[in-house]
Amino acid sequence: MDDDVVVHGLGLKVGLEVHQQLNTKYKLFCSCPTKLEGGAGPRLERYLRPSISELGEVDAAALFEWQRGTKFTYVAPPDSSCLVEADEEPPHALNREALEVGLAVSIALGASIVDEVYVMRKIVIDGSNTTGFQRTALISLGGKVSDEDGDVGILSITIEEDAARRLDEEGSFSLDRLGVPLIEISTAPDIKTPEQAERVAKKIGQLLRLTGKAKRGLGTIRQDLNVSIKGGTKVEVKGVQQLELIPKVVRNEALRQRALLEIREELKRRGVSEIDIINASQPVDLSQVLGGSANKLISSQLSQGGVVIGVRLPMFAGILGREVNPGRRLGTEMADYVKAFAGLGGLFHSDELPKYGITKEEVEKVRDALKLMDADGFVLLVGPRNKALRAAEVIRARAVQCLQGVPKETRGANEDGTTRFLRPQPGSARMYPETDVPPIRITEVELQEAKGLVPADPSMKLKWMLSLGLSEELARTMLDSVRLDLFEELTRKYHPKVPATLIASTIENTVKYIKSKGGELSKITDDVIEEVLKAVYEERVPKDSVPEVLMAVAIEGTPISDAIARYLTISDEQVAQVVKAAVEQADLSDPRRAFNVAMGRAMQALRGRVDGKKVAEAVRREIEERTRKN
Amino acid sequence: MLGIGRNSKRDPSLPLRLRLGLELDSFFPRFEVSCVVESYRGEASAFLSKYGITEGDQLLLALKNGKELRGTLMPSYSNDESILVIKLENGYNVGISYKYVESVKVIERRGKGVGERTTVLATGGEVKIISTGGTIVSKIEYETGAVRPALSTEEILQFVPEAKEFGTVSAEILFSILSEEMKPTYWEKIAEAVKKAFDEGVRGVVVAHGTDTMAYTAAALSFSLRTLQGPVVLVGSQRSSDRPSSDSAINLLSSILLAKQGEFGEVVVNMHGETSDTYTLAHRGVKVRKMHTSRRDAFQSINSRPLARVWWRERKLEMIEDEVRQRGASTVLETGFDDRVFLLKYWPGLRPEVVEQIVSSGVRGIIIEGTGLGHTSKEFAPYLRKAVKEGVFVGMTSQCLFGAVNMNVYTTGRTLMEAGVTPLLDMLPEVALVKLMWVLKRASDLEEVRKLMINNLVGEINVRHTVEMYPRWDSGR
Repeated sequence: MDDDVVVHGLGLKVGLEVHQQLNTKYKLFCSCPTKLEGGAGPRLERYLRPSISELGEVDAAALFEWQRGTKFTYVAPPDSSCLVEADEEPPHALNREALEVGLAVSIALGASIVDEVYVMRKIVIDGSNTTGFQRTALISLGGKVSDEDGDVGILSITIEEDAARRLDEEGSFSLDRLGVPLIEISTAPDIKTPEQAERVAKKIGQLLRLTGKAKRGLGTIRQDLNVSIKGGTKVEVKGVQQLELIPKVVRNEALRQRALLEIREELKRRGVSEIDIINASQPVDLSQVLGGSANKLISSQLSQGGVVIGVRLPMFAGILGREVNPGRRLGTEMADYVKAFAGLGGLFHSDELPKYGITKEEVEKVRDALKLMDADGFVLLVGPRNKALRAAEVIRARAVQCLQGVPKETRGANEDGTTRFLRPQPGSARMYPETDVPPIRITEVELQEAKGLVPADPSMKLKWMLSLGLSEELARTMLDSVRLDLFEELTRKYHPKVPATLIASTIENTVKYIKSKGGELSKITDDVIEEVLKAVYEERVPKDSVPEVLMAVAIEGTPISDAIARYLTISDEQVAQVVKAAVEQADLSDPRRAFNVAMGRAMQALRGRVDGKKVAEAVRREIEERTRKN
Repeated sequence: MLGIGRNSKRDPSLPLRLRLGLELDSFFPRFEVSCVVESYRGEASAFLSKYGITEGDQLLLALKNGKELRGTLMPSYSNDESILVIKLENGYNVGISYKYVESVKVIERRGKGVGERTTVLATGGEVKIISTGGTIVSKIEYETGAVRPALSTEEILQFVPEAKEFGTVSAEILFSILSEEMKPTYWEKIAEAVKKAFDEGVRGVVVAHGTDTMAYTAAALSFSLRTLQGPVVLVGSQRSSDRPSSDSAINLLSSILLAKQGEFGEVVVNMHGETSDTYTLAHRGVKVRKMHTSRRDAFQSINSRPLARVWWRERKLEMIEDEVRQRGASTVLETGFDDRVFLLKYWPGLRPEVVEQIVSSGVRGIIIEGTGLGHTSKEFAPYLRKAVKEGVFVGMTSQCLFGAVNMNVYTTGRTLMEAGVTPLLDMLPEVALVKLMWVLKRASDLEEVRKLMINNLVGEINVRHTVEMYPRWDSGR
């Protein structure tokens, strides 16, 4: 059956959290610039511990991270970080420019703005914040995004600091990105289809760009999704960077929840209870039983003093191998837990054996040793004794969760649209006041200033672009473009001498074309685009040459000034000379053919340096003249 | 004020099944906050009492724009008297003016706070922790929104359960004050508590202290405790203990290790050795200074090497300085400070008449923080001469901090000495001041004061400065 049909009818509910970096002059709590390409710098090594919150609770997510006891390393580039990011100096006052953007977006979405803004500390001890918390402030509540499938409510709009940039998976970070202002818009779970999720995310992204204060480029906007189905649990999926991936992630998560609910029903049908699982799943040392195994992991671990622990899972036969996501089974979900909580590489389960060098006979021996009934399943854990035993406890706990349905957790989006377990979901316990930053009273003064930044209505923008001569299609593409602000700026500077249509098609179509030809888009910066259009404006380069110039930059790596020099406009006399030579060589008995041949020759020499129309005109004239003479 | 106590209730948001195998919950007792302070003033306070609402109550606010807001009333630290601070269900605090509130419904009254502090083990153990306050034991103060001391030492130990592996520990809250509220009478109390602890048989003492004036206290204890049976380790933190990146746990753990294993009988300050969480440095109590307002490694040894380095992860103590005072057979206490002293920083343009005013206020000694090798303008000479004649001790230190004074090099120095000013070698200005307070209590005349001041009593004077005893830009990061 088609996935969409399946998802339809599951009672899907999706809420979005859109995080957008702001292009402010300074970071949120210090006077560092918000540039993201900080280079080398001093290195710091730190550890983080959970602390009690304002309400006196230790947060589950925080506890989990601390339990892993990781050492974090930070690079502190001097040109993009200071003692505030190094957590060696208290934060400075909240950046007013960022606050203004938050207020402006709140106004645009019809949200209720709070009277006084309080900066909070949200505990995050995965190392991505040197402090162990993210500073965040709620600016407004309520409001909505209009959508054809029903309006989507806004829960809250916050301004917060971005986290440090991860350099590897081992806990290394750069402090350049830490403290860059982010605006976060959270919607209510009003979204009902995977496609609506993408559309609403797009609308929010566009609105943010229309403030003119949004950063752009990879990673400057990130979407988190809260997904649930009827009977399931609100699961948070973090870090979806591409809009196009949203429907797929939503669909997969809905299907995963459905699969887990089906597993629950199946276990209930089989009559297994929580107590049964706890009683049956005592860890058993199988090191003797599997002593001679050909499995490489088992033999190497046993030779290093490790153990093989078996866990019996009553009535789980056939269930561990059930697919919950494309290519991911319940066994994979359990393996995620074991990796995260016990630091073990993974596990083997009964539904995938015999395999990996573990023989049928060995499986039988394991089944005997664990006193398994036919309907039972088992899990094997291989590694140092303490880790394997801890993993066994994790498996038991996760198996009990199977009776409850969908665990409440935070998951990460994979590139293929599936998701993986990251950590338990944080509660509100992770918030307490940032007392180093005084609260900010929002008065008429702040609101007035913010009004200047309120993004324009997209339909007004569209109208304006049509009035500049853009086709409807091009105007709509431009409206969705991340470089809308560049288009506006260049139009203001160079239109009408350089037509707005050329500006728009250069920014959108030419860049897409270059990408399709394998050009390196990172070379086509805003400055490069402006440089070539400016050359057109100054009549140094014909407008037909724009794609060639940019191709030279993106494919050959030619510096923009050299590329422009290559296509400088040539004089009419030079054109006439080339045309004359081309026509001379052509056979004039068939004027039609002669035109094509001469035109081809002339363009070979002139392509990109002079308007094609002009060449055609000259060729036609030259042929006419010569035929007349003859 | 916040009362913080234990509560046996488990956090229901914790995934119970996950905890099953982790056995971590025993490390993290739940704390519950009870708010006793009336933090609301003026209009908002009147509004709240009209509805009979107190902090901690769960409320449903109907706003004048027709919207509703659900949350818990938090203590206010706003400057605006019309603001109610509401903690929303998503954890955020927001400020709402009561003027925009149409009506309020109390959904749930605040549960009874379990506010009492459990008494702590006060004696016994290998290491005694004496708590005096400061960031290392601080919590948020909702009155002002600032950080203030609140956690008991026992609660700190609950935060650093590893401490048990370092040694058996007992704890005592002597007082709970901010560093800047410290006074010489408190130094005396701390010194007495230290002696008592050694008399009871501990191997070392840790004193938790605010960092701002920790170096002064370190000097005061150094002079008061004539011989010591073991290390006295002053420790604080530069990042409050309510944050995950706090340096308090590492500083405290290393201090416990140092107090137990350190084979010396001296007062030291033990704080982060660098901005990374790698090791701490134990600085001699009379040779240390807070050199940065906020960095973890703010404390540095001046004109001497640190005594020891403690690797907290490796649980290893590494001695840097060989010449240390050994653990004594008993702890001898000679305390008492005369606070009729003055620390005078000289600056270009400072008028010499100021000396007359200081003397007439009744001080018995002045420490000058002079320029360079130990100078003031020569106009000071007659005023200082007069002061000394009147029995006031005048000692010279340098505002350079690094290096010793030498008043023989320039004429002005010689003139000042001739006027009766005593050069105090490489003593830090604050250390000289504390020493003077201590000396004035015991010397009978000016001559004896002078003799004691230039006598190296506890390592406060170092006449031999080697080349590496000076931090430079290129000396690493």
